[in-house]
Amino acid sequence: MLELRNITKRFGDVLANDHVNIKVKPGTIHSIVGENGAGKSTAMRIAYGFYTPDSGEILVDGEVREIRTPHDAIALGIGMVHQHFMLVEPMTVAENIVLGAEPGTTAALDLNKAASEIRALSDEFKLAVDPHATIETLSVGQQQRVELLKALYRHARILILDEPTAVLTPQEVEEFFAILRRMREQGKTVVIITHKLSEVLAISDEVTVMRDGRVVGELKTSDTNAAELARLMVGRDVLLRVEKPEAKAGETVLRVQNMVVAVADGTRRVNDVSFEVRAGEIVGVAGVEGNGQTELIESLAGLTAQSRVSGKVDFAGRDITNMSARDRKELGIAHVPEDRHRRGLLLDFDLAENSILGIHYRQPAVTGLGGILLDEKGIERRARQVIKDFDVRPPNPDLPARALSGGNQQKLIIGREFELNPKLLLVSQPTRGVDIGAIEFIHRKLVALRDAGCAVLLVSAELEEVTALADRLLVIYHGQIVGEVDPKQTSNEEIGLLMTGGKKQ
Amino acid sequence: MKHLRELLFPLIAVIAAFVVGGIFVLAIGDSPIKAYSELIGNAFAWPDGIGYTLFNATPLIFTGLAVAVAFRCGLLNIGAEGQLYVAAFATAWVSMKFGGVVVDVFGQKVSYSWMTLPAVILVPLAIFAAIFAGAFWGAIPGFLKARFGSHEVINTIMLNFIAVALCSYFTQYHYKVPGDPIMQSAPIGESAHIAHLGKFIPGLPERIPVNLAFILALIACALVYVFLWKTKWGYEIRATGANPSAAEYGGISVRKQIVLAMAVSGGLAGMVGINEVLGYHHRYYDGFSDNYGFTGIAVALLGRNHPVGVLLAAILFAILLRGGIFVDAFTDHVSKDIVQILQALVILFVAAGARYRGSLNVFGLLKRSKV
Repeated sequence: MLELRNITKRFGDVLANDHVNIKVKPGTIHSIVGENGAGKSTAMRIAYGFYTPDSGEILVDGEVREIRTPHDAIALGIGMVHQHFMLVEPMTVAENIVLGAEPGTTAALDLNKAASEIRALSDEFKLAVDPHATIETLSVGQQQRVELLKALYRHARILILDEPTAVLTPQEVEEFFAILRRMREQGKTVVIITHKLSEVLAISDEVTVMRDGRVVGELKTSDTNAAELARLMVGRDVLLRVEKPEAKAGETVLRVQNMVVAVADGTRRVNDVSFEVRAGEIVGVAGVEGNGQTELIESLAGLTAQSRVSGKVDFAGRDITNMSARDRKELGIAHVPEDRHRRGLLLDFDLAENSILGIHYRQPAVTGLGGILLDEKGIERRARQVIKDFDVRPPNPDLPARALSGGNQQKLIIGREFELNPKLLLVSQPTRGVDIGAIEFIHRKLVALRDAGCAVLLVSAELEEVTALADRLLVIYHGQIVGEVDPKQTSNEEIGLLMTGGKKQ
Repeated sequence: MKHLRELLFPLIAVIAAFVVGGIFVLAIGDSPIKAYSELIGNAFAWPDGIGYTLFNATPLIFTGLAVAVAFRCGLLNIGAEGQLYVAAFATAWVSMKFGGVVVDVFGQKVSYSWMTLPAVILVPLAIFAAIFAGAFWGAIPGFLKARFGSHEVINTIMLNFIAVALCSYFTQYHYKVPGDPIMQSAPIGESAHIAHLGKFIPGLPERIPVNLAFILALIACALVYVFLWKTKWGYEIRATGANPSAAEYGGISVRKQIVLAMAVSGGLAGMVGINEVLGYHHRYYDGFSDNYGFTGIAVALLGRNHPVGVLLAAILFAILLRGGIFVDAFTDHVSKDIVQILQALVILFVAAGARYRGSLNVFGLLKRSKV
């Protein structure tokens, strides 16, 4: 059906694809797994015409084809859904779907014709999408189905999906898989790029594993298991479970009472939230993204330039409700932000400069002239310490942060914050976009910090991550804590229900 | 190696500009070699060529640094022109008020002075006045952005008009010698004059106006470098420019940095007044600036917002500025407008290259207006 043969693609010094062979059989669901930077997205973007390969060929239905642009790919029946949706929010579903392939004469746009075709497609695959709804009124899961329709509308026979489940709740994932299975029944071929092994095993017929730009395994899903896939991806045995001793919770470190965070338009992103975090325990916050987690963590860290906070926040018995970010850090509150590119790093600064962000005004970052001049030796020592303790690679403090892989960037941030010996760690999405190997490392460090007596408040969109790490689990929905569950006793279904506003039994 | 590569990119832009400029010259019907040798060759003649080049470069170094500092904080200071006018007027005013008796254009002894200060006090005071006035004028759009989120590009442009008009008004109605047909203030006190470099350098005649302000410009380059890369304040400014969200996360007050960067930027632009008033005209001369503030944007752009780059770019632009006169005089068809064309081409090529070099993206900066 779709075959990549000996595809090689080089970006500067990086060999992104090294003689890659992938064969996708018609009417199957085929997963391509690998760590970040393994080259799986590159290979699929080549198949979709985003990149042209340096060498090698693409075969569609057994014939060698030239795919130079996405336009060529679409003409051959290949469609792609990106991780970040490409939808125009104020426009309707139908308008979005026809964008670039508008029906009707040159001048007149025949939207009604399009809408009825879309409805037919939507019914055929049971997508339940209303062609006249505006995109911004739709849920993330529905938006994803609009993206699928976009490809189907263009007569795609092969659908390439890049990390399709990253934004979905457990229930939505189930629905989504049902849709994929229906598509397979109707004769479509689906390629999923992912790094979630449980999903690979749940949905796909065949799986291709990539590492360092090469294909390292081609397996039938029925013949393999998660441990084998992980070993192929990383190149060594990986611990898939978090091993942690029982928490020895101590005194209350953080006490939040009736906290409300309102943004500029008056919307309450965090609405009357109260909870406690004690020393030596990890409190997890589960929830669908965009339900106030960001605002909760950032307000606790003192990042309130865009919002207004009311209620009361106590840290180690001190009222810090109106304290600045710097003063909070001085008291021992460290923060690993959810978005390392937007918040956590200065991408154009080198690792040394990044290793002192937040403490750049004091020892060990400054020296002389009453603490005005930066202490380059001290900064470098600090950077080397972080690099060594947190295995940041390559271990060169003079490199710009931009040059590191996502996992190493994350280790740099986590290392910087851990190096502060915090009493409270606010940590958001600690392993987003991070390879399995680094995830294992970060999880171990988080548990070690907890065992050293630090209070940890953890937010993650990965349900498995919060349930595995947290000693207590809060579920947030529409800015409110809708329940607390014991992560050892609960099921994904129970949490999923709470996450979407359902009631606890 | 790293630094050489930094130089390479602007160098390519300059060469490309000269190649395309050469096509213009050919089209007009002159020899590009002849035109370019007139344009550049004269700059290296001793003493006039070098002396005038350095004199012309002085204001461009200041304004280039000014734009660079603001840029490092993520701000586009289009207002160096207004800042340097206000500063020139302020330094002239101080030098009149504390400069003692002077001889006006009609040969009459007049005094606008409150008291007479000796040079050791007056010169530093006048320099301070220039820096302070420029910093004040620069801090206004900084404050407006920090407080209300209004875009500094709009506000600095508007403040340029206000600055020029205010200075003209005060010159015309308060500080002009009655009957003087030229729009200029009364002369400043002699103790406020700063020496031409000819006084110290053998072989350089004192009539060539390159003066101590050039030395100040070199010092300013060094200080800006230390400030931006060796102090915690510079770190905060650069962090704000590189990523305001990450700066906020790092406990840095983005609003404070915006005001500070604009004040430093304005102060640097204001130092042009030292060169022009204390070192050259010895009075406030209406319309003295040959678009120094705007050329400073090109200087900073070409100099990659680094003090060393700014110094080199300012000298290049100064060479062109003076070379234009020779092109006018000694070629058949090409006029000194070739300088404008070359400057524009350099900027175009630098901007075109910026697509491939993320950090220099002026246009991205223009789009981003929120604090």
